Amino acid sequence: MAGRAWKFGDNITTDHIAPGRYFHLRSNLEELAKHVLEDARPEFPLNVKKGDFVVAGVNFGSGSSREHAPTIIKLVGVEAVLAKSFARIFYRNAINIGLPAVICDTSLIEDGDTLSLDLSAGVVVNHTKGLEIRFPPLPDTMKKILEVGGLIPYIKRFGDLQL
Amino acid sequence: MGKTIAEKILSEHAARSVSAGEVAVVKVDYVFTHDASGPLLLKQLKELGVSKLHNPLRTIIFIDHVVPSPRKEISNEQSALRRFAAEAGCRFHEAGSGICHQLMAEYYASPGQIIVGTDSHTVTAGALAAFATGMGATDVAVAAALGKTWLRVPETFRVEVNGSLQKGVYAKDIILHLIGLLGADGATYKALEFVGDTIDSLPISERLVLCNMVVEAGAKVGFTPSDDVTKKYLAERGRVEEFREIRSDDNASYERVIKIDAAALEPQVACPHSVDNVKPVSEVKGVKVDLVFIGSCTNARLEDLHIAASVLKGKQIHPETRLIVTPASKEIYIKAMADGTLSTLIEAGALITPPGCGLCFGALGGIPADGEVIFTTTNRNFLGRTGNPAAYTYLGSPATAAATALKGRITDPRDVV
Repeated sequence: MAGRAWKFGDNITTDHIAPGRYFHLRSNLEELAKHVLEDARPEFPLNVKKGDFVVAGVNFGSGSSREHAPTIIKLVGVEAVLAKSFARIFYRNAINIGLPAVICDTSLIEDGDTLSLDLSAGVVVNHTKGLEIRFPPLPDTMKKILEVGGLIPYIKRFGDLQL
Repeated sequence: MGKTIAEKILSEHAARSVSAGEVAVVKVDYVFTHDASGPLLLKQLKELGVSKLHNPLRTIIFIDHVVPSPRKEISNEQSALRRFAAEAGCRFHEAGSGICHQLMAEYYASPGQIIVGTDSHTVTAGALAAFATGMGATDVAVAAALGKTWLRVPETFRVEVNGSLQKGVYAKDIILHLIGLLGADGATYKALEFVGDTIDSLPISERLVLCNMVVEAGAKVGFTPSDDVTKKYLAERGRVEEFREIRSDDNASYERVIKIDAAALEPQVACPHSVDNVKPVSEVKGVKVDLVFIGSCTNARLEDLHIAASVLKGKQIHPETRLIVTPASKEIYIKAMADGTLSTLIEAGALITPPGCGLCFGALGGIPADGEVIFTTTNRNFLGRTGNPAAYTYLGSPATAAATALKGRITDPRDVV
């Protein structure tokens, strides 16, 4: 399925993604999701569609450990987050909740480009530019977790942490 | 090959020898959450179908982020955490007890432990030579249920700090300088070890500042090796039996060695809107400041309040500047009250708010107006962090913050003490 690229810059923090001033909405994720990334691009939460991609530079998701950040990105229908690099906790949180976080060369993508993702083949197709962007596979542990849809389904299936 | 602190602690908890780059399942000694991520953690535990915690006495819930609650939604969440703690029999710290990281240092953390918490500043406990790291609600829920987690063993950067700090220069200035050098992602996935004669002479209150902020360079953990200073701190806390000496082996392998000359360091300031936008105070002094905040898990300990009081004693803060002070824990609050520190600060014009994260989390506690400039002793100056994306946040030490409150403009503390 193809979706639109929403381009963001470097060092997008969890405060941009899920601002602390909406703390009272934290147990109401549908409402919190109406503010996702609004401090970086106010039009994003208004116009994002199911299957779209968040595309960023380096250190995406830096800052707090709030898992609400990847959770509300997934909730608004984003297919995957593509970035040159991720902050450690966000990366792990995204995989844990079943949101693909892909490290690739996002300089080959412009805002509004049409993209599709083949996670197992390790390729992002930029249909607008006629490009294929290859990326290295996830570390084994994370691949296993993502394949079953996140850490909770993983534990439910295997009953334990097994590497 | 010798081992780093990270490799030693993870090897012990994996019950096999592990080195940087390996992935290991490790036992955890403490897991904790708080009112910001606790509700999501409870949801994930429920989803997991787990009715019993692996070790209730090693599971801790803190109410610290938004205290006292200003809204019914938050009150309901905090009430659910309270009920869960009572039913599960886990440890619970009520609103007003203090910030989770300060309480971890005061009551729980000790050398050689693994601690995971639903907060990025969990790394603070590395000042007691614990492997302490922040994770999301799902990871910590699984750790609470199973008593273990998986970790990739990090490579280590050795940060050697030598020389005597000038008067008016503190651990906060060292760590801001380091983050400026490394950049906001310069230590992503890494462990940082702070060594050298400057570090040896720092009290735990200052070592906590160093480790607290390693995550601002992306690091997974930070450590100061445990030594006599650590032992004395634990003894004062009635926990001397928890002391162990932990330091890297002489032949341990480091990915990078960074040297800092402490004697040459001047007070440092992180400028809007990123923590790695660091400048010496001489380059930013004179910037007009509307609000000064002394608080957070970084710099709101008794020593920090003493520094602020020494700058402000018998004086008044600038008439166009406000000052908010939020002690990091109940014990600090009581001690600062008993020794006259709070009176000094209040007489100088400070507004004191109860122990907790306060303004640092941006949900209450003095949120700035549009266009205002604030100077804080906290760890983050991201856009919107203090509750208003139209405000500008600078970070520095309690001494620089107090001097700035006095003059109404960013001020070099060496000019006023």
